[in-house]
Amino acid sequence: MTTELFTGAEMVVKALSALKVKYIFGYPGGSVLDLYDAIFQQDEIEHILVRHEQAATHMADGYTRATGKVGVVLATSGPGATNCVTGIATAYMDSIPMVILAGQVPTALIGNDAFQETDIVGCTRPIIKHSFNCRDLADIPNVIAKAFYIANTGRPGPVVIELPKDLLIPQNKAPFHIETNVKMRSYNPNIKGHPKQIRKAVKTINEAKKLVVYSGGGIVLADAAALLTQLVETLKAPITNTLMGLGGISGLHENFIGMLGMHGSVEANKTMANADVILALGVRFDDRVTNNVEKFCPNATIIHVDIDPTSISKTINAHVPVVGLVDVVMQQILDELVATKFTPNEAALQDWWQQIHLWRDMRHVGYKQVVGEKIKPQRVIEAMYKITKGEAYVASDVGQHQMFAAQYYPFAKPRQWINSGGAGTMGFGLPAAMGAKLAFPDKHVICITGDGSIQMNIQELSTCMQYSLPVVIITLNNRSLGMVRQWQDMVYDGRHASSYMESLPDFIKLAEAYGHVGIKIDTLDELDSKLEQAFNIKNKLVFVDVLVDEKEHVYPMQIRQGAIDDMWVSKGVKA
Amino acid sequence: MRHILSILLENEAGALSRIVGLFSQRAFNIESLTVAPTDDNTLSRITIATIGDDRVLEQIVKQVNKLVDVIKITDLTKRKHVERELLLVKVAAVSDKSRTEVKRISDIFRGAIVDIGKQIYTIELTGSSDKLTAFIETLNNETEIIESVRSGCVGIARGEKALRV
Repeated sequence: MTTELFTGAEMVVKALSALKVKYIFGYPGGSVLDLYDAIFQQDEIEHILVRHEQAATHMADGYTRATGKVGVVLATSGPGATNCVTGIATAYMDSIPMVILAGQVPTALIGNDAFQETDIVGCTRPIIKHSFNCRDLADIPNVIAKAFYIANTGRPGPVVIELPKDLLIPQNKAPFHIETNVKMRSYNPNIKGHPKQIRKAVKTINEAKKLVVYSGGGIVLADAAALLTQLVETLKAPITNTLMGLGGISGLHENFIGMLGMHGSVEANKTMANADVILALGVRFDDRVTNNVEKFCPNATIIHVDIDPTSISKTINAHVPVVGLVDVVMQQILDELVATKFTPNEAALQDWWQQIHLWRDMRHVGYKQVVGEKIKPQRVIEAMYKITKGEAYVASDVGQHQMFAAQYYPFAKPRQWINSGGAGTMGFGLPAAMGAKLAFPDKHVICITGDGSIQMNIQELSTCMQYSLPVVIITLNNRSLGMVRQWQDMVYDGRHASSYMESLPDFIKLAEAYGHVGIKIDTLDELDSKLEQAFNIKNKLVFVDVLVDEKEHVYPMQIRQGAIDDMWVSKGVKA
Repeated sequence: MRHILSILLENEAGALSRIVGLFSQRAFNIESLTVAPTDDNTLSRITIATIGDDRVLEQIVKQVNKLVDVIKITDLTKRKHVERELLLVKVAAVSDKSRTEVKRISDIFRGAIVDIGKQIYTIELTGSSDKLTAFIETLNNETEIIESVRSGCVGIARGEKALRV
């Protein structure tokens, strides 16, 4: 019997099939043409041709955030690979699993400054979970299997595989063998929390009089919303979410006190500041949450549950650290609560909740929409929420619109809210929305964006046409870089350095030029009806250009260098 | 405070660059770094001497451990250990007096003269990093140091404790 031999290109495709990959997001070029030829000759995996490699990474990322499945990116060597860098960093900062296949010049030319040669493994080293330089054809399947395993276990993250051209060409062949049950002696992420730490955590919870649950992106990544809700209801505690954790519990749940942090709600930040115990679940005490770490929640005992030990006591010291998968640890805590016959301290809870309601009443959240005046951006989000019944996937770009969406669209479920939280990557929204739409063609998928962000990957309107991806793009058009402008108003005495866009395109004509539908909204009285109209167009991408008040600021906003609850609640008014 | 970290990791291309990159990326300090394959040549062992308070050290150990290639890391300075560094130093030995003096200092420190030129001695010395520094200072008072190279320190725990897979 002779063993069947395969080219490297065929092996890549076979390995991806074995790992049940449906889509590859990419762009061809010299060093990966053999791989494109192999993809062309099969139909298990579909290749989505973007218009810029950065968009391929964001589209894979959006697909992953919406589905939980690992996204796969394919780019050629040199500029193709370096164009992926921003997208890889974006995925890395938000712990999104991704596998990036990057072409490379033939092995014999590596190091010679060959045409389209870039050391992409070197370029991406600080922004990946791991990377592989593939140097042997026969290794390809197992390298790919390992990459998926590493990307999607422990704290997830992007993995880069560099594939030199000589490994992919038809002349070189080897037998195909793949071990999908990966074991590595150097990589064994923790799963369960240490029982002693669980007991300590539950004891601390039992003694709490002012407990708050602070949960983040870890809950979303672990698909642990049901468990989190059960835990919160058992404890009867208030819960706040980070920007990344929205949807981890329903935004309409009665225990939910809003997002915390820089643009969080007053009651969330006040509750954190006054808590005696903080149960932190799948969060990393980011600087956009804590504000000045020296002033952070001085009276709280902190229980910190995270899969990544480096996240624990990095910025804020944890009194009870628990390393493990957040869903597994929450189940352990629930079991321990039952075992220790936990009953909520009703008297303490009543006082605590009474206090929280007082904070809620003084929150001044909101905005004033005066009829006849310019549309307030917040009003657009509320309209969008109403029309989609809160069920849409909302992929956001970065800026004021992102914060307004986080504040005014209460997400019922995890994975509905797709945004670049850690990296803050403008240009993320549209391709991310496309990835979500590809996964859920029958759902409303919105790209909420601004006139600045949308122009950072606007070329993808062409990809949307090619693959029939009818997302609804809602541009909160304030003719300026709103968040930059806000800071310039607040910190730089209103000097709007380079935050004003004097030469915006006609977005309606632009959308139409790509073959889509454009709708312009510039007065309040047509907002609801025209938005409704946009969502009723099912088979075409609709670009909604809403002219909003450029003077509006995002509030509340933490005061720089203050405590977590030192906040502006409106222009010139402190909490 | 100075710490000596021993790291056992996969002997693979790029593993060292990940360690070095991590230190520069997160602004951790490297005083010295040595690397070589172990008796099992699928494994490399790195010894890093670093400086930092407890909080920084905790992060260094956790961050290094998080690298996929790393199997184990231990802070040798937390327990009894043996620490050694190798020095090769080329000094001017132009007169009888200076040759005698250099030989005498070298003997006191238990160094060995491993090469002799017309006007130079090359001395080999092994010991703790402190001892090497003291040796260099003493030589400096007596003669001109033409060239010196230090290996960076390596270390191993005393007793039964072993860093193995």
